[in-house]
Amino acid sequence: MTLELKGVSKVVEGEVHISATDLVLEKGTMNVLLGPTLSGKTSLMRLMAGLDVPNAGRVFWEGRDVTGMRVQDRKVAMVYQQFINYPSMTVYDNIASPLRLMGKTAAEIDHAVQKAADLMQLTPMLKRKPLELSGGQQQRCALARALVKDAGLVLLDEPLANLDYKLREELRVEIPKIFEEAGSIFVYATTEPEEALLLGGNTAAMWEGRVTQFDLTPKVYRQPIDATTARVFSDPPMNFLKVSKAGGNITFGDGHSVAATGPIADLADGRYIAGFRPNHLELSSAAGGSVPFDTRLVVTELTGSETFVHLDHHGEKWVGLVHGVHNLKLGSALRVYLELRHVYIFTEAGDLVAPASYAIAA
Amino acid sequence: MAKITLDNLAHSYLPKTTSEDDFALKELNHVWADGEAYALLGSSGCGKSTLLNIISGLLHPSQGRILFDDVDVTQASTADRNIAQVFQFPVVYDTMTVRNNLAFPLKNRGASPAYIAQRVQQIAAMIGMEAELDHRARGLTADAKQKISLGRGMVREDVNALLFDEPLTVIDPHMKWELRTQLKSLHHEFGHTMIYVTHDQTEALTFADKVVVMYDGRVVQIGTPEELFNKPQHTFVGYFIGSPGMNVLSASVAGSSAAVQGGTVPLGQSFAELEGKVEIGIRPEFVTLTEGEGLPVTIRRVEDVGRHKIIRADLFGAEINIVAGEDTSISPDMNRVVFAPDRVNVYVNDWLKEGKGVL
Repeated sequence: MTLELKGVSKVVEGEVHISATDLVLEKGTMNVLLGPTLSGKTSLMRLMAGLDVPNAGRVFWEGRDVTGMRVQDRKVAMVYQQFINYPSMTVYDNIASPLRLMGKTAAEIDHAVQKAADLMQLTPMLKRKPLELSGGQQQRCALARALVKDAGLVLLDEPLANLDYKLREELRVEIPKIFEEAGSIFVYATTEPEEALLLGGNTAAMWEGRVTQFDLTPKVYRQPIDATTARVFSDPPMNFLKVSKAGGNITFGDGHSVAATGPIADLADGRYIAGFRPNHLELSSAAGGSVPFDTRLVVTELTGSETFVHLDHHGEKWVGLVHGVHNLKLGSALRVYLELRHVYIFTEAGDLVAPASYAIAA
Repeated sequence: MAKITLDNLAHSYLPKTTSEDDFALKELNHVWADGEAYALLGSSGCGKSTLLNIISGLLHPSQGRILFDDVDVTQASTADRNIAQVFQFPVVYDTMTVRNNLAFPLKNRGASPAYIAQRVQQIAAMIGMEAELDHRARGLTADAKQKISLGRGMVREDVNALLFDEPLTVIDPHMKWELRTQLKSLHHEFGHTMIYVTHDQTEALTFADKVVVMYDGRVVQIGTPEELFNKPQHTFVGYFIGSPGMNVLSASVAGSSAAVQGGTVPLGQSFAELEGKVEIGIRPEFVTLTEGEGLPVTIRRVEDVGRHKIIRADLFGAEINIVAGEDTSISPDMNRVVFAPDRVNVYVNDWLKEGKGVL
């Protein structure tokens, strides 16, 4: 079972919602669409579901061209950010409703409902109405209904966005487990990098209606193909600075020069953009040597176990996330350190030319 | 700016109350310092919005008093309390320019045009919207509109307090960073008394000087982010702060060790005999996977969350979460866990029990 998009694009009133996109999704996989609001996640899902017809390109389901086929005629289930349930029906009847429409027998329905309710921890609430449930339970009810349909394609559009932080954390752990058993193709849209990482599977990073990269989730995270993907898949955002390579050395914006190692050593001489993640910035030099940077501390934020430092590096805004709680003086000079193995090198146009060496090892 | 006193305060939405359970907000007594930033943190239904509504005057408490500095405002209307509020969704006048939106609260209070012009310019610079000052608000993105709401909330310098009710919920993660950092700098610059309601622990911890954790209508702890992380006063705080939250295990404690299923855990403190429900709590950050010593566990899952790994394991039916560094490699032989003794907290009936230090 596969879903294949070939050169699919969507233009609405002259505005490009989705640029020509090729994507192949396999049976039994979790596929995350990761990108900010308006990056095209929902538009792409609607094309996959058949809720919208592409202006160009074809959609194939199990090798068969289904472009233009109505959503009702496809085996698709969708869950939205808002919890959508039938308010007058019990949880049991809500979960059973798609099966009744399919004309299943009472015994088949009961078996499927009990199984889905058990997975979603809704068994004690089956006789209640959705509005008597908490937000998390209501969304689990909607998820259970999507699961029982036994649809080949399940589309989840930011399903946890309206839930409390802790509930979201719990469901994020449960959802991959549930879907591993189900065997359908799952597509899950989110704006949050951490959610993509927790869900695992594959990730399609999206930016301005384009899939910038599609691969295994940890690979997209550790080896982003370009600066845009790196920015999309980093929260807080990746930090960037100008560098140049000459001979065996790499020189950072403020004139500090170190011997190039790893993939950076193989780069042609020239000007590049270096990128690094906030959690790789340190307040002390690593045993193997680090590149020092002199910055000014703008703001600190404590999380209890870690400290976010917002820095001004010659007009560039950087964010660092360092271990421990540090009470640093705002506005003061702060020297920070970065290991070369954590540095990505992009061309000035933003294409990755040297991944961070630690990421290749990971 | 004002100091806020919550004196014997409680609220029930029911006309008649027979027990403590009938109260959405259970009795509390606190003094919140002038110029501090507080976050009210808890899951939905914990009473945080009830408390905020009492402070803003949208709700009159069924019991107790609220004082701004030393003036009783319990029965005063919202308008008379001289506060500024920012809500979850942007409240912006679409037909007005950004400039007029920001100037609105000042004009209402009869400020001089010269002062208004200067102050609006200052606020626009803070929220990074100087270039858009003469645009109409209509057609701006939700982010931009919420920035205007935040700016308008801060435009008056003479308010008693600034109240925020989940102001960043509708904002994209990347923009959240920017706005939160701006709020933080503004707080440093102006020293407003700020009260910020959220269910998001990261937002609460990074924004506030003091976090007020609420659970089931009760304030269970008020503390700095560090205190909440290191010494959760209640198992709920341990669970709610941290991602994943603190591991909690049933235990029996004697002297400076705790007996749990599977073995003995050394403690950094010593205890006399404890009665009631006794548990130990240890944060995933202070649990280490080992090959040799420690309590035996079965690893169920390893999650790669980028900057670290979360290992989900089972200890005789109890779930144990472990946080390990991004570079840590996990071998199949690692089937035991060790807890850092000075990081193990002891709880009796869900409340933290302090012991005596051991040398």
